[in-house]
Amino acid sequence: MRTARTAATLMAVVALAAGCSSSGGKTSEDKADGSTGGKSAGTPRLKIAMVTHSGEGDTFWDIVQSGAKQAAAKDNVQFLYSNDKEAKGQAELVQSAIDKKVDGIVVTLAKPEAMKAVLAKAKDAGIPVVTINSGGEFSQRFGALTHIGQDESVAGEAVGRELDKRGRKKALCVIHEQGNVSLEQRCAGVKKTFKGTVENLNVEGTDAPSSQSSIEAKLQAAKDIDAVVALGAPTAAVAVKAKQDAGSEAEIDTFDLNAAVVKSLKAKDVGFAVDQQPYLQGYLAVDELWLYKTNANVIGGGKPVLTGPAIVTEKDVPKLEKYTARGTR
Amino acid sequence: MSAAAPGTPPLTDERLLKTSPLRKLMGRPELGSVVGAVAVFLFFAIFADSFLRASSLATVLYASSTIGIMAVPVALLMIGGEFDLSAGVMVTTSALISSMFSYQMTANVWVGVGVSLLLTLAIGVFNGVMLTRTDPPSFIITLGTFLMLTGMNLGFTKLISGTVSTKSISDMEGFSSAKDVFASTLTIGGVDFKITILWWLALIVVATWILLRTRVGNWIYAVGGGEDAARAVGVPVNKTKIGLYMGVAFGAWISGQHLLFSFDVVQSGEGVGNELIYIIAAVIGGCLITGGYGSAVGAAIGALIFGMTSKGIVFAEWNPDWFKFFLGAMLLLATLLNAWVRKRAEATK
Repeated sequence: MRTARTAATLMAVVALAAGCSSSGGKTSEDKADGSTGGKSAGTPRLKIAMVTHSGEGDTFWDIVQSGAKQAAAKDNVQFLYSNDKEAKGQAELVQSAIDKKVDGIVVTLAKPEAMKAVLAKAKDAGIPVVTINSGGEFSQRFGALTHIGQDESVAGEAVGRELDKRGRKKALCVIHEQGNVSLEQRCAGVKKTFKGTVENLNVEGTDAPSSQSSIEAKLQAAKDIDAVVALGAPTAAVAVKAKQDAGSEAEIDTFDLNAAVVKSLKAKDVGFAVDQQPYLQGYLAVDELWLYKTNANVIGGGKPVLTGPAIVTEKDVPKLEKYTARGTR
Repeated sequence: MSAAAPGTPPLTDERLLKTSPLRKLMGRPELGSVVGAVAVFLFFAIFADSFLRASSLATVLYASSTIGIMAVPVALLMIGGEFDLSAGVMVTTSALISSMFSYQMTANVWVGVGVSLLLTLAIGVFNGVMLTRTDPPSFIITLGTFLMLTGMNLGFTKLISGTVSTKSISDMEGFSSAKDVFASTLTIGGVDFKITILWWLALIVVATWILLRTRVGNWIYAVGGGEDAARAVGVPVNKTKIGLYMGVAFGAWISGQHLLFSFDVVQSGEGVGNELIYIIAAVIGGCLITGGYGSAVGAAIGALIFGMTSKGIVFAEWNPDWFKFFLGAMLLLATLLNAWVRKRAEATK
């Protein structure tokens, strides 16, 4: 027993000593970082809560948060983030933010009807609300100051047009979260402007190997599919794998950016990406609440503020690479 | 044929009855699931045009193997009478450990893989020791581990990487050889097969050998059949259970490394919910939820049924909105068929 343990320790030490990688890894990471601390505004400390419908560990919401945190640091704001992918849970989180008597609430409206009642309560409590991301058409009706985000249908339509431009005939729209309204809207938008046919496929977004084999199966079953539209950056990486393994010639296109997608754009594994600037959604939402609290400003004058869609291709890679690597684009 | 006709009780002690090889086969726990698997296969062979192509079957086998690598050790654990709800996220944990360790230490990728093996096995030991040293059932203890791991996956990843996914390690030393081991593709007769299928088969062979040919196998059945009785006849109950949890951890390590090396980066939120799929595969394959009965081959066939059904529906190009309904209905039918076959088999014993 003892000798076994000593041997294991020895092996670990030897492995550590001999096991360094001369390429990649932390040491090669670029230390240059654009975000500076700086001084915050001299206004009184505010407390702003953001409640989203995100699942655990989605890169997109991470970027939204880093935008929000940057604005919070600038505006002397204490930023509180919480999320629940179940509509009921999200409403409860908004309620607890109201109970905490925060100075402002940022909320997503992926499941609008579920948020209606609790946002009315926020209004009664005199807490200003800014909605972000999807569900812009409900924002004003629910009493929010403004909406900052992307119209999902418009984004889908942009993808449809881009696919036409690229001469595609049959597209597969991969929905990674069944029953999510904004994802359905994206696919519907693609269908609206795309001259070819669009088919939908539901996959389990939290299980990459299972998603991959499902997309693979679909590409094997319908060999005439020449474009796969992923609705989120993590799904794009999975789709690239699936395409290679299925031996398909389809072009992979995606909604949203992250470091991996930018890499794939560069390697021409992904044709184009639709960016909705999540950083801006987080940043502007916090900034807007601060402006409202300190100067009664409303960005966009009550109209939704659009942060997308912007089509990003291989040509945009050089200027984006640095920012995606640090998680702000 | 010395056995009594179906329905009438045997006249002599059943242990003294001579059974024909056919009857013996009928009594195997995996028989029902084999019939279920054949039925599902024939169904999709008829209703999904592209299902019977070699490349399609390779895809189905890949999907089955990613479930099966975990379903086999989970089945052993269930035969031993326990659950592991942390099995799904443990896969992600294992992948995150090797990825982040290699990256942060700028170490050869294999070092990260080794560290990951040790730490993942340690999680298995933690589950086992907690279970054997304290009172609560495994359902509660591993539920705790499940939630803690889910939180740690996200928390540590954000703390270390700054984002919710790990950084790519594909340009680091050792990556390509590790990829060969855990996520490569073998071309046999022009068809691409994923290496996970080999891992899956190897696990089936080892698990079956342990169950049927070793003393440890007898211990596992004994512990699941009746813990106190097993302890009374000298079976090391605690050690057996800790070992079974380490088996699940080992499976999670293989699956985790596959996850890492096939996608280069790991999303920290993955794996939640898969623990149920592993348990379902084991149960479809003939494991009793109460323990003491089941087989590794059965669990593998359960995984195959799950894989065939979930991908078969896609091959059949049915309306995707109804996917989950079809999946549930097919699994229910396969399980009912399985139960019916087993009942008939037991009646004729």
